[in-house]
Amino acid sequence: MQKVTKDILISKAAGLLDSQTVTRVLGWKRGEFYDDVTPAVFHSREELENGFVFDDFCGANLSKYLIKETAKDDGKILVFLKPCDTYSFNQLLTERRFPRDKVYALGVGCEGMLDSRKIRAVSESVISVRDLGNSVEVETLYDGILTLDRQTLLPDRCQRCKSKKHVAFDELIATDGKILDSNRFDEVEKLEKMTADERYRFWQEQLSRCIRCNACRDVCPACTCEKCVFDNPDSGVANKACANEFEEKMFHIVRAFHVVGRCTDCGECSRVCPQNIPLHLLNRKFIKDINTFYGTYQAGETVGSRAPLVDYNPDDAEPSEVLTGGTHHV
Amino acid sequence: MPITEYKPLIVAFCCNWCSYAGADLAGNNRLQYPADVKIIRVPCSCRVNPTFILRAFQKGADGVIICGCHPGDCHYTSGNYYTRRRMTLLFSMLDFLGIERERTRLEWVSAAEGTKFAATMNDFVKTVASLGENKRLEDLRCKK
Repeated sequence: MQKVTKDILISKAAGLLDSQTVTRVLGWKRGEFYDDVTPAVFHSREELENGFVFDDFCGANLSKYLIKETAKDDGKILVFLKPCDTYSFNQLLTERRFPRDKVYALGVGCEGMLDSRKIRAVSESVISVRDLGNSVEVETLYDGILTLDRQTLLPDRCQRCKSKKHVAFDELIATDGKILDSNRFDEVEKLEKMTADERYRFWQEQLSRCIRCNACRDVCPACTCEKCVFDNPDSGVANKACANEFEEKMFHIVRAFHVVGRCTDCGECSRVCPQNIPLHLLNRKFIKDINTFYGTYQAGETVGSRAPLVDYNPDDAEPSEVLTGGTHHV
Repeated sequence: MPITEYKPLIVAFCCNWCSYAGADLAGNNRLQYPADVKIIRVPCSCRVNPTFILRAFQKGADGVIICGCHPGDCHYTSGNYYTRRRMTLLFSMLDFLGIERERTRLEWVSAAEGTKFAATMNDFVKTVASLGENKRLEDLRCKK
């Protein structure tokens, strides 16, 4: 398979700009350091050549940015979508968050992005990272040049990639992959096997680190309400709480619950968390429960599918029947 | 100082059309159930937002029970079916976070089931009382 490179994408995007098929390009822009790639809009070939980047740190899911970008003018916008991003793209279309005809979706292949935290754990003084296929060459200031195994540097979401298949695109660069059987619920299952006390301690430790920066909400492609309950100063939940109070759990339960059945499991929440809290586990728990109780459902697989919480079956199980841990009947 | 007996605080969300009338019937029939149960009337069990439940716990409730019409009998045709899915997922999540499963419950009580209402509340209060005070979900800033 031909590897997708920055140059291929730039020439493709510049061609579409030149032919006036699109008026601007939504992609990734190089940052100050090797790993701080940010989403950006490009208007010309020069801008693309100066700033556009496609490397192992382009993890950002661009689909959410389409909501604001498509509203700006009448022209079409080109967007690059990795396989997992296409699920969010479809889910946003299902919720009618942007007009499909104003977007030109270019599917790009993905072999998994790298987790800069895992690289930093090996060396603090990384200057640059070069992809060598199955391994990664890391140039550092004090530790010399290191060659590391690529698999060990993948973030959790890529190690357990659910799909290499693009479910939405106008044009595809690189061959399309398949939906994978990634065993992505194993972490959730491990937690489920613990006792309630162990689970409580685990989450207390994780969630008490939360600094309520709201990054997980802001980045989530399913969190697209124009007004958010957590922005309401009267709600009493907009402020940072004391570390060991219920506030963080309240926030994270509500955040995860709000995207039940709409979360495509893209893992952006965990990627952006500055405190490295495994937030995707909460979403995965809900996905696993939906699959178990109401049949397998993957949000964003098709446009227009009905999310499990806005649907019902008269024969659905009662909570007391399916949840263990002491059920009392009168 | 005398040792006071521990009394749990229970919040019961009752749908206007069935369970609230069921509670009324229990009262009319002079059926006993503990005064620890504070009933909140909602138009339909489907009105209960997961935040209501979390908020009740945050403010010091020891148990929360949601009562609605029996499946198929909803005044709004299908509200309680949605409630059932929603609460199953929410209760499962609370369990996942290590919160005692017995603190939350969903029951169907019709307007004719005053006896069931009283029995349900008696049982629920007993269960929650045996668990003791809710420590895992409380928020001291919210308590008076």
